[in-house]
Amino acid sequence: MQQDGALIRARGLVKRFGGFTAVDGIDVDVAPGEAFGFLGPNGAGKSSTMRMIGAVSPPTSGELRVLGLDPSADGPAIRARLGVVPQTDNLDVEITVEENLLVYGRYFGLPRPLLRERARELLEFVQLSDRAGDRVEPLSGGMKRRLTIARALVNEPDVVLLDEPTTGLDPQARHVLWERLYRLKQRGVTLVLTTHYMDEAEQLCDRLVVMDKGRIAAEGSPAELIRRYATREVLELRFPVLEGQPGPERYVPDLDPVVRQGAVERVEVLPDRLLLYTPDGDAALSAVTGSGLHPLSSLVRRSSLEDVFLRLTGRTLVD
Amino acid sequence: MAARDAIISPGALAVAEQRLTAYRHFWRSSLVSSVLEPALFLAAMGLTLGVLVDRGTGLPDGVAYLSFLAPGLLAAAAMQLGSFESTYPVLGAIKWQKTYEAVLATPAGVRDLLVGHLLYVAFRVGTSAALFLGVLVLFGAADSLLVLLALPAALLTGMAFAAPVTAFSATLENDPGFAALQRFGILPMFLFSGTFFPVAQLPAFFEAVAYATPLWHGVSLARGLALGTIEAGPALLHVGYLLLWSVVGAALAVRTFTRRLVT
Repeated sequence: MQQDGALIRARGLVKRFGGFTAVDGIDVDVAPGEAFGFLGPNGAGKSSTMRMIGAVSPPTSGELRVLGLDPSADGPAIRARLGVVPQTDNLDVEITVEENLLVYGRYFGLPRPLLRERARELLEFVQLSDRAGDRVEPLSGGMKRRLTIARALVNEPDVVLLDEPTTGLDPQARHVLWERLYRLKQRGVTLVLTTHYMDEAEQLCDRLVVMDKGRIAAEGSPAELIRRYATREVLELRFPVLEGQPGPERYVPDLDPVVRQGAVERVEVLPDRLLLYTPDGDAALSAVTGSGLHPLSSLVRRSSLEDVFLRLTGRTLVD
Repeated sequence: MAARDAIISPGALAVAEQRLTAYRHFWRSSLVSSVLEPALFLAAMGLTLGVLVDRGTGLPDGVAYLSFLAPGLLAAAAMQLGSFESTYPVLGAIKWQKTYEAVLATPAGVRDLLVGHLLYVAFRVGTSAALFLGVLVLFGAADSLLVLLALPAALLTGMAFAAPVTAFSATLENDPGFAALQRFGILPMFLFSGTFFPVAQLPAFFEAVAYATPLWHGVSLARGLALGTIEAGPALLHVGYLLLWSVVGAALAVRTFTRRLVT
Protein backbone atom coordinates (compact mmCIF):
# COMPACT_ATOMS: atom_id res chain seq x y z
CA MET A 1 0.00 0.00 0.00
CA GLN A 2 1.24 3.50 -0.70
CA GLN A 3 2.37 5.35 2.36
CA ASP A 4 2.23 8.82 0.91
CA GLY A 5 -1.05 10.51 0.14
CA ALA A 6 -4.30 9.32 -1.22
CA LEU A 7 -5.51 5.81 -2.03
CA ILE A 8 -7.93 7.34 -4.46
CA ARG A 9 -7.28 10.60 -6.25
CA ALA A 10 -9.53 12.18 -8.86
CA ARG A 11 -9.07 15.52 -10.63
CA GLY A 12 -11.69 16.92 -12.95
CA LEU A 13 -13.25 13.47 -13.30
CA VAL A 14 -16.06 13.35 -15.87
CA LYS A 15 -18.45 10.59 -16.96
CA ARG A 16 -20.83 11.09 -19.86
CA PHE A 17 -23.36 8.67 -21.28
CA GLY A 18 -24.17 9.98 -24.74
CA GLY A 19 -25.37 13.53 -24.17
CA PHE A 20 -25.99 13.04 -20.46
CA THR A 21 -23.30 14.12 -18.02
CA ALA A 22 -23.49 11.89 -14.93
CA VAL A 23 -20.29 13.12 -13.28
CA ASP A 24 -19.28 16.66 -14.09
CA GLY A 25 -15.67 17.29 -13.11
CA ILE A 26 -15.13 16.20 -9.52
CA ASP A 27 -11.99 16.26 -7.36
CA VAL A 28 -11.72 13.57 -4.68
CA ASP A 29 -8.98 12.36 -2.33
CA VAL A 30 -9.45 9.35 -0.09
CA ALA A 31 -6.77 8.67 2.51
CA PRO A 32 -5.77 5.20 3.73
CA GLY A 33 -7.92 3.94 6.61
CA GLU A 34 -10.66 6.51 6.39
CA ALA A 35 -14.35 6.01 5.77
CA PHE A 36 -15.27 8.31 2.93
CA GLY A 37 -18.79 8.96 1.74
CA PHE A 38 -20.58 10.31 -1.29
CA LEU A 39 -23.86 11.77 -0.04
CA GLY A 40 -26.52 12.83 -2.50
CA PRO A 41 -29.93 12.07 -3.91
CA ASN A 42 -30.60 9.44 -6.59
CA GLY A 43 -29.11 10.55 -9.90
CA ALA A 44 -26.41 12.72 -8.33
CA GLY A 45 -23.65 10.72 -10.05
CA LYS A 46 -22.58 8.68 -7.01
CA SER A 47 -22.84 5.24 -8.60
CA SER A 48 -21.12 6.36 -11.80
CA THR A 49 -18.26 7.68 -9.68
CA MET A 50 -18.06 4.40 -7.77
CA ARG A 51 -17.97 2.38 -10.99
CA MET A 52 -15.09 4.48 -12.29
CA ILE A 53 -13.20 4.03 -9.01
CA GLY A 54 -13.96 0.30 -9.21
CA ALA A 55 -12.14 0.19 -12.58
CA VAL A 56 -15.18 -1.19 -14.39
CA SER A 57 -16.31 2.02 -16.10
CA PRO A 58 -13.80 4.04 -18.12
CA PRO A 59 -13.81 7.78 -17.28
CA THR A 60 -14.79 10.11 -20.11
CA SER A 61 -12.14 12.62 -19.10
CA GLY A 62 -10.14 13.83 -16.15
CA GLU A 63 -7.53 12.15 -14.04
CA LEU A 64 -8.11 9.13 -11.80
CA ARG A 65 -5.65 7.10 -9.77
CA VAL A 66 -6.76 4.21 -7.58
CA LEU A 67 -4.16 2.61 -5.29
CA GLY A 68 -1.61 4.62 -7.25
CA LEU A 69 -2.61 2.94 -10.52
CA ASP A 70 -4.45 4.04 -13.64
CA PRO A 71 -7.81 2.21 -13.94
CA SER A 72 -7.82 2.29 -17.75
CA ALA A 73 -4.40 0.60 -17.92
CA ASP A 74 -4.22 -1.46 -14.73
CA GLY A 75 -7.86 -2.45 -14.17
CA PRO A 76 -7.20 -6.07 -13.16
CA ALA A 77 -4.41 -5.09 -10.73
CA ILE A 78 -6.67 -2.49 -9.10
CA ARG A 79 -9.69 -4.78 -8.92
CA ALA A 80 -7.53 -7.47 -7.29
CA ARG A 81 -7.21 -5.17 -4.26
CA LEU A 82 -10.76 -3.85 -4.10
CA GLY A 83 -13.90 -5.28 -2.53
CA VAL A 84 -17.15 -4.20 -4.18
CA VAL A 85 -20.65 -4.16 -2.71
CA PRO A 86 -22.93 -3.05 -5.56
CA GLN A 87 -26.21 -1.23 -5.21
CA THR A 88 -28.31 -4.33 -5.96
CA ASP A 89 -27.08 -7.70 -4.75
CA ASN A 90 -25.64 -9.78 -7.57
CA LEU A 91 -25.06 -13.02 -5.71
CA ASP A 92 -25.32 -16.32 -7.55
CA VAL A 93 -28.72 -17.46 -6.32
CA GLU A 94 -28.34 -20.95 -7.81
CA ILE A 95 -25.58 -21.96 -5.40
CA THR A 96 -25.19 -22.01 -1.63
CA VAL A 97 -24.10 -19.23 0.70
CA GLU A 98 -20.68 -20.80 1.23
CA GLU A 99 -20.22 -21.63 -2.46
CA ASN A 100 -20.76 -17.95 -3.31
CA LEU A 101 -17.62 -17.15 -1.34
CA LEU A 102 -15.64 -20.11 -2.66
CA VAL A 103 -16.31 -19.46 -6.34
CA TYR A 104 -15.80 -15.72 -5.97
CA GLY A 105 -12.39 -16.24 -4.40
CA ARG A 106 -11.34 -18.20 -7.48
CA TYR A 107 -11.60 -15.03 -9.55
CA PHE A 108 -8.78 -13.66 -7.42
CA GLY A 109 -6.71 -16.77 -8.03
CA LEU A 110 -6.91 -17.91 -4.40
CA PRO A 111 -6.37 -21.63 -3.67
CA ARG A 112 -9.35 -23.69 -2.52
CA PRO A 113 -8.05 -24.75 0.93
CA LEU A 114 -7.36 -21.11 1.82
CA LEU A 115 -10.82 -20.13 0.57
CA ARG A 116 -12.55 -22.75 2.69
CA GLU A 117 -10.84 -21.36 5.76
CA ARG A 118 -11.60 -17.76 4.76
CA ALA A 119 -15.23 -18.54 3.94
CA ARG A 120 -15.66 -19.98 7.42
CA GLU A 121 -14.23 -16.82 9.04
CA LEU A 122 -16.18 -14.44 6.82
CA LEU A 123 -19.49 -16.22 7.40
CA GLU A 124 -18.83 -15.93 11.10
CA PHE A 125 -18.01 -12.24 10.71
CA VAL A 126 -21.31 -11.54 8.92
CA GLN A 127 -23.24 -13.91 11.23
CA LEU A 128 -24.28 -16.36 8.53
CA SER A 129 -22.39 -19.48 9.67
CA ASP A 130 -25.60 -21.39 10.30
CA ARG A 131 -26.76 -20.71 6.72
CA ALA A 132 -23.52 -21.80 5.01
CA GLY A 133 -25.10 -24.77 3.21
CA ASP A 134 -28.38 -23.04 2.30
CA ARG A 135 -29.26 -21.70 -1.11
CA VAL A 136 -29.08 -17.91 -1.40
CA GLU A 137 -32.57 -17.44 -2.83
CA PRO A 138 -34.66 -17.68 0.39
CA LEU A 139 -32.37 -15.44 2.50
CA SER A 140 -33.76 -12.15 3.80
CA GLY A 141 -32.61 -8.86 2.26
CA GLY A 142 -30.35 -8.12 5.23
CA MET A 143 -28.74 -11.56 5.04
CA LYS A 144 -28.10 -11.25 1.30
CA ARG A 145 -26.53 -7.86 1.92
CA ARG A 146 -24.26 -9.31 4.61
CA LEU A 147 -23.29 -12.16 2.27
CA THR A 148 -22.47 -9.63 -0.45
CA ILE A 149 -20.22 -7.83 2.05
CA ALA A 150 -18.55 -11.12 3.03
CA ARG A 151 -17.98 -11.85 -0.64
CA ALA A 152 -16.39 -8.41 -1.12
CA LEU A 153 -13.91 -9.27 1.64
CA VAL A 154 -12.82 -12.64 0.25
CA ASN A 155 -9.65 -11.18 -1.31
CA GLU A 156 -8.79 -9.19 1.86
CA PRO A 157 -9.13 -5.88 -0.02
CA ASP A 158 -7.35 -2.64 0.85
CA VAL A 159 -10.43 -0.65 -0.11
CA VAL A 160 -14.10 -1.65 0.09
CA LEU A 161 -16.54 0.20 -2.18
CA LEU A 162 -20.13 0.14 -0.93
CA ASP A 163 -22.87 1.55 -3.15
CA GLU A 164 -25.96 2.31 -1.06
CA PRO A 165 -25.13 -0.43 1.45
CA THR A 166 -28.38 -0.34 3.43
CA THR A 167 -30.98 0.88 0.94
CA GLY A 168 -34.11 -1.24 1.19
CA LEU A 169 -33.27 -2.79 4.56
CA ASP A 170 -35.34 -2.55 7.71
CA PRO A 171 -33.93 -0.48 10.60
CA GLN A 172 -32.68 -3.47 12.57
CA ALA A 173 -30.86 -4.96 9.59
CA ARG A 174 -29.31 -1.57 8.90
CA HIS A 175 -27.90 -1.32 12.40
CA VAL A 176 -26.43 -4.82 12.20
CA LEU A 177 -24.76 -3.85 8.95
CA TRP A 178 -23.44 -0.53 10.25
CA GLU A 179 -21.92 -2.30 13.22
CA ARG A 180 -20.12 -4.80 10.95
CA LEU A 181 -18.85 -2.01 8.71
CA TYR A 182 -17.60 -0.12 11.75
CA ARG A 183 -15.59 -3.19 12.77
CA LEU A 184 -14.09 -3.36 9.30
CA LYS A 185 -13.02 0.24 9.58
CA GLN A 186 -11.41 -0.50 12.94
CA ARG A 187 -9.35 -3.20 11.25
CA GLY A 188 -7.89 -0.49 9.02
CA VAL A 189 -9.89 -1.21 5.88
CA THR A 190 -10.59 1.91 3.84
CA LEU A 191 -14.32 2.29 3.20
CA VAL A 192 -15.79 4.30 0.35
CA LEU A 193 -19.55 4.42 0.31
CA THR A 194 -22.44 6.18 -1.32
CA THR A 195 -25.68 6.87 0.44
CA HIS A 196 -28.70 9.08 0.30
CA TYR A 197 -29.34 8.54 3.99
CA MET A 198 -27.93 11.26 6.17
CA ASP A 199 -27.99 9.03 9.26
CA GLU A 200 -25.88 6.47 7.44
CA ALA A 201 -23.37 9.11 6.40
CA GLU A 202 -23.22 10.43 9.96
CA GLN A 203 -22.81 6.94 11.40
CA LEU A 204 -20.12 5.71 9.08
CA CYS A 205 -18.20 8.52 7.42
CA ASP A 206 -15.14 10.31 8.72
CA ARG A 207 -15.36 12.61 5.76
CA LEU A 208 -17.80 13.04 2.94
CA VAL A 209 -18.65 15.02 -0.11
CA VAL A 210 -22.16 16.22 -0.87
CA MET A 211 -22.93 15.48 -4.50
CA ASP A 212 -25.64 17.07 -6.58
CA LYS A 213 -26.16 16.88 -10.33
CA GLY A 214 -22.74 15.38 -10.98
CA ARG A 215 -20.87 18.02 -8.99
CA ILE A 216 -19.46 18.23 -5.50
CA ALA A 217 -21.31 20.87 -3.52
CA ALA A 218 -19.32 20.64 -0.29
CA GLU A 219 -16.73 18.55 1.48
CA GLY A 220 -15.83 17.87 5.11
CA SER A 221 -16.55 15.74 8.16
CA PRO A 222 -20.25 15.46 9.05
CA ALA A 223 -19.75 17.76 12.07
CA GLU A 224 -17.82 20.34 10.01
CA LEU A 225 -20.45 20.40 7.32
CA ILE A 226 -23.22 20.90 9.83
CA ARG A 227 -21.25 23.68 11.52
CA ARG A 228 -20.53 25.36 8.21
CA TYR A 229 -23.88 25.05 6.50
CA ALA A 230 -26.44 24.76 9.28
CA THR A 231 -27.10 26.08 12.75
CA ARG A 232 -26.82 24.08 15.94
CA GLU A 233 -30.54 23.41 16.16
CA VAL A 234 -33.59 23.34 13.97
CA LEU A 235 -37.12 24.26 14.97
CA GLU A 236 -39.71 22.51 12.84
CA LEU A 237 -43.14 24.11 12.72
CA ARG A 238 -46.33 22.62 11.32
CA PHE A 239 -49.41 24.72 10.70
CA PRO A 240 -53.00 23.73 10.00
CA VAL A 241 -53.40 22.91 6.32
CA LEU A 242 -56.46 24.66 4.87
CA GLU A 243 -58.10 23.40 1.68
CA GLY A 244 -57.38 25.71 -1.26
CA GLN A 245 -55.01 27.85 0.80
CA PRO A 246 -51.27 28.26 0.14
CA GLY A 247 -48.97 25.98 2.16
CA PRO A 248 -46.70 26.89 5.09
CA GLU A 249 -45.02 29.62 3.03
CA ARG A 250 -47.85 32.00 3.91
CA TYR A 251 -46.52 32.14 7.49
CA VAL A 252 -43.04 33.21 6.42
CA PRO A 253 -43.76 36.97 6.44
CA ASP A 254 -45.08 36.61 10.01
CA LEU A 255 -41.68 35.25 11.04
CA ASP A 256 -39.82 38.34 9.84
CA PRO A 257 -39.69 39.97 13.28
CA VAL A 258 -38.31 36.78 14.82
CA VAL A 259 -35.58 36.65 12.19
CA ARG A 260 -34.79 40.34 12.70
CA GLN A 261 -34.44 39.78 16.45
CA GLY A 262 -31.72 37.23 15.65
CA ALA A 263 -33.46 34.28 17.30
CA VAL A 264 -33.66 32.57 13.89
CA GLU A 265 -30.97 32.78 11.22
CA ARG A 266 -32.78 31.29 8.25
CA VAL A 267 -36.15 29.81 7.29
CA GLU A 268 -36.63 26.94 4.82
CA VAL A 269 -40.05 26.08 3.44
CA LEU A 270 -40.98 22.42 2.91
CA PRO A 271 -44.34 21.33 1.48
CA ASP A 272 -45.67 20.36 4.91
CA ARG A 273 -43.63 22.42 7.38
CA LEU A 274 -41.22 25.26 8.05
CA LEU A 275 -37.65 24.71 9.20
CA LEU A 276 -36.21 27.49 11.37
CA TYR A 277 -32.42 27.41 11.68
CA THR A 278 -31.37 28.68 15.06
CA PRO A 279 -28.65 28.40 17.71
CA ASP A 280 -31.33 27.71 20.34
CA GLY A 281 -34.54 25.99 19.33
CA ASP A 282 -36.46 26.53 22.57
CA ALA A 283 -35.70 30.24 22.59
CA ALA A 284 -36.77 30.46 18.96
CA LEU A 285 -40.05 28.72 19.76
CA SER A 286 -40.77 31.24 22.56
CA ALA A 287 -40.03 34.07 20.15
CA VAL A 288 -42.39 32.54 17.58
CA THR A 289 -45.29 32.10 20.02
CA GLY A 290 -44.47 35.53 21.52
CA SER A 291 -45.02 37.09 18.10
CA GLY A 292 -48.55 35.72 18.02
CA LEU A 293 -48.05 32.70 15.77
CA HIS A 294 -49.56 29.43 16.87
CA PRO A 295 -48.24 26.39 15.03
CA LEU A 296 -50.15 23.13 15.15
CA SER A 297 -47.04 21.35 16.39
CA SER A 298 -43.38 22.07 16.88
CA LEU A 299 -40.20 20.06 17.19
CA VAL A 300 -36.72 21.09 18.25
CA ARG A 301 -33.87 18.93 16.97
CA ARG A 302 -30.16 19.00 16.22
CA SER A 303 -29.15 19.94 12.70
CA SER A 304 -28.25 17.03 10.45
CA LEU A 305 -26.66 16.46 7.04
CA GLU A 306 -30.17 16.62 5.62
CA ASP A 307 -30.18 20.31 6.55
CA VAL A 308 -26.77 20.76 4.99
CA PHE A 309 -28.06 19.24 1.79
CA LEU A 310 -31.18 21.40 1.83
CA ARG A 311 -29.05 24.48 2.29
CA LEU A 312 -26.65 23.54 -0.50
CA THR A 313 -29.14 22.42 -3.10
CA GLY A 314 -32.52 23.78 -2.06
CA ARG A 315 -33.89 20.23 -2.13
CA THR A 316 -34.35 17.36 0.29
CA LEU A 317 -32.35 14.14 0.00
CA VAL A 318 -35.18 11.64 -0.02
CA ASP A 319 -38.18 12.79 -2.01
CA MET B 1 0.22 -11.54 -16.46
CA ALA B 2 1.01 -14.13 -19.12
CA ALA B 3 -1.59 -16.55 -17.72
CA ARG B 4 -4.15 -13.78 -17.65
CA ASP B 5 -3.57 -13.05 -21.34
CA ALA B 6 -4.09 -16.68 -22.39
CA ILE B 7 -7.47 -17.43 -23.98
CA ILE B 8 -8.26 -20.05 -21.35
CA SER B 9 -7.09 -17.82 -18.52
CA PRO B 10 -7.48 -18.40 -14.76
CA GLY B 11 -10.40 -15.95 -14.89
CA ALA B 12 -12.15 -17.97 -17.62
CA LEU B 13 -11.62 -21.17 -15.65
CA ALA B 14 -13.12 -19.49 -12.58
CA VAL B 15 -16.20 -18.52 -14.63
CA ALA B 16 -16.57 -22.14 -15.78
CA GLU B 17 -16.04 -23.32 -12.22
CA GLN B 18 -18.85 -21.09 -10.97
CA ARG B 19 -21.21 -22.54 -13.57
CA LEU B 20 -20.16 -26.09 -12.75
CA THR B 21 -20.77 -25.39 -9.06
CA ALA B 22 -24.35 -24.47 -9.91
CA TYR B 23 -24.63 -27.44 -12.26
CA ARG B 24 -23.78 -29.79 -9.39
CA HIS B 25 -27.13 -28.77 -7.88
CA PHE B 26 -29.22 -29.78 -10.89
CA TRP B 27 -27.19 -32.20 -13.00
CA ARG B 28 -29.59 -35.10 -12.54
CA SER B 29 -32.60 -33.41 -14.03
CA SER B 30 -30.52 -31.83 -16.80
CA LEU B 31 -29.04 -35.17 -17.85
CA VAL B 32 -32.45 -36.79 -17.96
CA SER B 33 -33.86 -34.08 -20.19
CA SER B 34 -30.86 -33.81 -22.49
CA VAL B 35 -30.90 -37.57 -23.12
CA LEU B 36 -34.59 -38.28 -22.93
CA GLU B 37 -35.62 -35.91 -25.70
CA PRO B 38 -33.33 -37.24 -28.44
CA ALA B 39 -34.05 -40.80 -27.22
CA LEU B 40 -37.78 -40.21 -27.70
CA PHE B 41 -37.19 -38.89 -31.21
CA LEU B 42 -34.97 -41.85 -31.90
CA ALA B 43 -37.66 -44.26 -30.74
CA ALA B 44 -40.52 -42.52 -32.51
CA MET B 45 -38.85 -41.78 -35.83
CA GLY B 46 -36.03 -44.29 -35.99
CA LEU B 47 -37.81 -47.42 -34.88
CA THR B 48 -41.27 -46.87 -36.32
CA LEU B 49 -41.04 -44.45 -39.21
CA GLY B 50 -37.65 -45.94 -40.00
CA VAL B 51 -39.15 -49.35 -40.67
CA LEU B 52 -41.45 -47.80 -43.30
CA VAL B 53 -38.55 -45.91 -44.87
CA ASP B 54 -36.39 -49.01 -45.03
CA ARG B 55 -39.23 -51.08 -46.55
CA GLY B 56 -39.95 -48.35 -49.13
CA THR B 57 -37.51 -46.71 -51.49
CA GLY B 58 -35.00 -46.50 -48.66
CA LEU B 59 -32.05 -44.13 -48.31
CA PRO B 60 -29.19 -43.69 -50.78
CA ASP B 61 -26.53 -46.38 -50.41
CA GLY B 62 -28.98 -48.60 -48.53
CA VAL B 63 -28.24 -47.06 -45.13
CA ALA B 64 -30.71 -48.17 -42.44
CA TYR B 65 -32.86 -45.20 -41.34
CA LEU B 66 -31.98 -45.63 -37.67
CA SER B 67 -28.26 -45.41 -38.51
CA PHE B 68 -28.97 -42.37 -40.67
CA LEU B 69 -31.06 -40.63 -38.04
CA ALA B 70 -28.96 -41.24 -34.93
CA PRO B 71 -25.92 -39.04 -35.77
CA GLY B 72 -28.28 -36.38 -37.16
CA LEU B 73 -30.18 -36.26 -33.88
CA LEU B 74 -26.90 -36.12 -32.01
CA ALA B 75 -25.84 -33.00 -33.92
CA ALA B 76 -29.30 -31.44 -33.66
CA ALA B 77 -29.40 -32.03 -29.89
CA ALA B 78 -26.00 -30.35 -29.64
CA MET B 79 -27.38 -27.36 -31.54
CA GLN B 80 -30.34 -27.11 -29.19
CA LEU B 81 -28.35 -27.41 -25.99
CA GLY B 82 -25.58 -25.10 -27.21
CA SER B 83 -28.15 -22.46 -28.18
CA PHE B 84 -30.38 -22.77 -25.15
CA GLU B 85 -27.48 -22.57 -22.69
CA SER B 86 -26.50 -19.31 -24.38
CA THR B 87 -29.91 -17.64 -24.17
CA TYR B 88 -31.59 -17.31 -20.75
CA PRO B 89 -28.47 -18.08 -18.71
CA VAL B 90 -26.52 -15.32 -20.53
CA LEU B 91 -29.21 -12.65 -20.47
CA GLY B 92 -29.97 -13.57 -16.85
CA ALA B 93 -26.33 -13.17 -15.87
CA ILE B 94 -26.23 -9.79 -17.62
CA LYS B 95 -29.57 -8.38 -16.61
CA TRP B 96 -31.57 -10.28 -14.02
CA GLN B 97 -29.11 -11.82 -11.56
CA LYS B 98 -26.30 -9.50 -12.69
CA THR B 99 -23.72 -12.16 -11.89
CA TYR B 100 -21.53 -10.90 -14.76
CA GLU B 101 -21.35 -7.53 -13.02
CA ALA B 102 -20.06 -9.33 -9.92
CA VAL B 103 -17.39 -11.10 -11.97
CA LEU B 104 -16.27 -7.91 -13.70
CA ALA B 105 -15.62 -6.34 -10.28
CA THR B 106 -12.78 -8.88 -9.89
CA PRO B 107 -9.56 -9.08 -11.93
CA ALA B 108 -11.51 -11.10 -14.55
CA GLY B 109 -12.61 -9.31 -17.72
CA VAL B 110 -15.19 -9.53 -20.48
CA ARG B 111 -13.19 -12.08 -22.45
CA ASP B 112 -12.92 -14.32 -19.39
CA LEU B 113 -16.71 -14.21 -19.02
CA LEU B 114 -17.18 -15.29 -22.60
CA VAL B 115 -14.51 -17.98 -22.69
CA GLY B 116 -15.65 -19.36 -19.33
CA HIS B 117 -19.23 -19.49 -20.55
CA LEU B 118 -18.22 -21.31 -23.75
CA LEU B 119 -16.08 -23.76 -21.77
CA TYR B 120 -19.07 -24.58 -19.62
CA VAL B 121 -21.34 -24.98 -22.66
CA ALA B 122 -18.71 -27.24 -24.26
CA PHE B 123 -18.76 -29.37 -21.12
CA ARG B 124 -22.55 -29.58 -21.20
CA VAL B 125 -22.75 -30.36 -24.91
CA GLY B 126 -19.91 -32.88 -24.67
CA THR B 127 -21.31 -34.79 -21.70
CA SER B 128 -24.83 -34.81 -23.16
CA ALA B 129 -23.53 -36.09 -26.50
CA ALA B 130 -21.50 -38.81 -24.77
CA LEU B 131 -24.52 -39.94 -22.81
CA PHE B 132 -26.69 -39.92 -25.92
CA LEU B 133 -24.10 -42.04 -27.70
CA GLY B 134 -24.34 -44.48 -24.79
CA VAL B 135 -28.11 -44.65 -25.35
CA LEU B 136 -27.50 -45.29 -29.06
CA VAL B 137 -25.27 -48.22 -28.31
CA LEU B 138 -27.92 -49.61 -25.96
CA PHE B 139 -30.55 -49.15 -28.68
CA GLY B 140 -28.38 -51.20 -30.99
CA ALA B 141 -28.42 -48.20 -33.32
CA ALA B 142 -24.63 -48.17 -33.58
CA ASP B 143 -23.43 -50.35 -36.43
CA SER B 144 -19.85 -49.81 -35.46
CA LEU B 145 -17.81 -47.90 -32.94
CA LEU B 146 -17.20 -45.32 -35.67
CA VAL B 147 -20.29 -43.66 -34.23
CA LEU B 148 -18.09 -42.42 -31.38
CA LEU B 149 -16.38 -40.14 -33.89
CA ALA B 150 -19.63 -38.23 -34.09
CA LEU B 151 -18.96 -36.88 -30.58
CA PRO B 152 -16.41 -34.21 -31.56
CA ALA B 153 -18.62 -33.33 -34.52
CA ALA B 154 -21.54 -32.76 -32.15
CA LEU B 155 -19.34 -30.69 -29.85
CA LEU B 156 -18.24 -28.48 -32.72
CA THR B 157 -21.87 -28.10 -33.84
CA GLY B 158 -22.87 -27.06 -30.33
CA MET B 159 -20.17 -24.37 -30.24
CA ALA B 160 -21.03 -23.11 -33.73
CA PHE B 161 -24.42 -22.20 -32.23
CA ALA B 162 -23.39 -21.29 -28.69
CA ALA B 163 -20.98 -18.52 -29.74
CA PRO B 164 -23.26 -16.50 -32.07
CA VAL B 165 -26.32 -17.04 -29.84
CA THR B 166 -24.30 -15.69 -26.90
CA ALA B 167 -23.45 -12.62 -28.97
CA PHE B 168 -27.14 -12.21 -29.82
CA SER B 169 -28.34 -12.65 -26.22
CA ALA B 170 -26.09 -9.81 -25.04
CA THR B 171 -27.96 -7.42 -27.35
CA LEU B 172 -31.42 -8.18 -25.95
CA GLU B 173 -33.34 -6.18 -23.38
CA ASN B 174 -35.87 -8.93 -22.77
CA ASP B 175 -36.68 -12.51 -23.66
CA PRO B 176 -39.10 -12.36 -26.65
CA GLY B 177 -35.99 -12.41 -28.83
CA PHE B 178 -35.41 -15.99 -27.70
CA ALA B 179 -38.84 -17.11 -28.91
CA ALA B 180 -38.07 -15.59 -32.32
CA LEU B 181 -34.70 -17.31 -32.41
CA GLN B 182 -36.35 -20.64 -31.62
CA ARG B 183 -39.21 -20.18 -34.13
CA PHE B 184 -37.32 -18.75 -37.08
CA GLY B 185 -33.87 -20.23 -36.51
CA ILE B 186 -33.52 -23.31 -34.39
CA LEU B 187 -36.77 -25.14 -35.16
CA PRO B 188 -36.66 -24.76 -38.98
CA MET B 189 -33.04 -25.89 -38.96
CA PHE B 190 -33.92 -28.86 -36.77
CA LEU B 191 -36.61 -29.93 -39.25
CA PHE B 192 -35.04 -29.08 -42.62
CA SER B 193 -31.24 -29.26 -42.32
CA GLY B 194 -30.84 -32.95 -42.90
CA THR B 195 -31.51 -34.37 -39.46
CA PHE B 196 -34.51 -36.45 -40.59
CA PHE B 197 -34.07 -36.72 -44.39
CA PRO B 198 -31.42 -35.91 -47.00
CA VAL B 199 -31.73 -32.22 -47.98
CA ALA B 200 -31.71 -33.30 -51.65
CA GLN B 201 -35.43 -33.98 -51.01
CA LEU B 202 -36.02 -30.24 -50.64
CA PRO B 203 -36.96 -27.94 -53.55
CA ALA B 204 -33.78 -26.53 -55.09
CA PHE B 205 -33.97 -23.13 -53.40
CA PHE B 206 -34.48 -24.55 -49.94
CA GLU B 207 -31.81 -27.12 -50.56
CA ALA B 208 -29.36 -24.29 -51.19
CA VAL B 209 -30.51 -22.57 -47.98
CA ALA B 210 -29.98 -25.80 -46.06
CA TYR B 211 -26.36 -25.99 -47.25
CA ALA B 212 -25.75 -22.58 -45.72
CA THR B 213 -26.97 -23.59 -42.25
CA PRO B 214 -24.36 -24.63 -39.74
CA LEU B 215 -26.60 -27.49 -38.65
CA TRP B 216 -26.43 -29.15 -42.09
CA HIS B 217 -22.64 -29.15 -41.85
CA GLY B 218 -22.79 -30.50 -38.31
CA VAL B 219 -25.24 -33.23 -39.26
CA SER B 220 -23.27 -34.17 -42.37
CA LEU B 221 -20.01 -34.32 -40.45
CA ALA B 222 -21.47 -36.39 -37.62
CA ARG B 223 -23.25 -38.70 -40.02
CA GLY B 224 -20.32 -39.13 -42.36
CA LEU B 225 -18.04 -39.99 -39.44
CA ALA B 226 -20.55 -42.34 -37.83
CA LEU B 227 -21.21 -44.21 -41.08
CA GLY B 228 -17.56 -44.16 -42.10
CA THR B 229 -18.50 -42.68 -45.46
CA ILE B 230 -16.96 -39.23 -45.21
CA GLU B 231 -14.07 -38.07 -47.36
CA ALA B 232 -11.35 -35.66 -46.32
CA GLY B 233 -12.45 -32.75 -48.53
CA PRO B 234 -16.04 -32.44 -47.33
CA ALA B 235 -14.97 -33.22 -43.76
CA LEU B 236 -12.55 -30.29 -43.79
CA LEU B 237 -15.19 -28.06 -45.33
CA HIS B 238 -17.69 -28.96 -42.57
CA VAL B 239 -15.12 -28.49 -39.80
CA GLY B 240 -13.97 -25.21 -41.32
CA TYR B 241 -17.52 -23.88 -41.66
CA LEU B 242 -18.44 -24.80 -38.08
CA LEU B 243 -15.21 -23.27 -36.79
CA LEU B 244 -16.00 -20.12 -38.74
CA TRP B 245 -19.36 -19.77 -36.99
CA SER B 246 -17.72 -20.46 -33.63
CA VAL B 247 -14.88 -17.99 -34.07
CA VAL B 248 -16.89 -15.21 -35.71
CA GLY B 249 -19.62 -15.74 -33.11
CA ALA B 250 -17.11 -15.47 -30.27
CA ALA B 251 -15.56 -12.33 -31.78
CA LEU B 252 -19.02 -10.77 -32.08
CA ALA B 253 -19.80 -11.81 -28.50
CA VAL B 254 -16.71 -9.99 -27.22
CA ARG B 255 -18.06 -6.88 -28.94
CA THR B 256 -21.66 -7.21 -27.71
CA PHE B 257 -20.49 -8.09 -24.18
CA THR B 258 -18.17 -5.08 -24.10
CA ARG B 259 -20.87 -2.75 -25.40
CA ARG B 260 -23.35 -4.06 -22.87
CA LEU B 261 -21.19 -4.49 -19.79
CA VAL B 262 -18.40 -1.92 -19.98
CA THR B 263 -20.21 1.42 -19.85
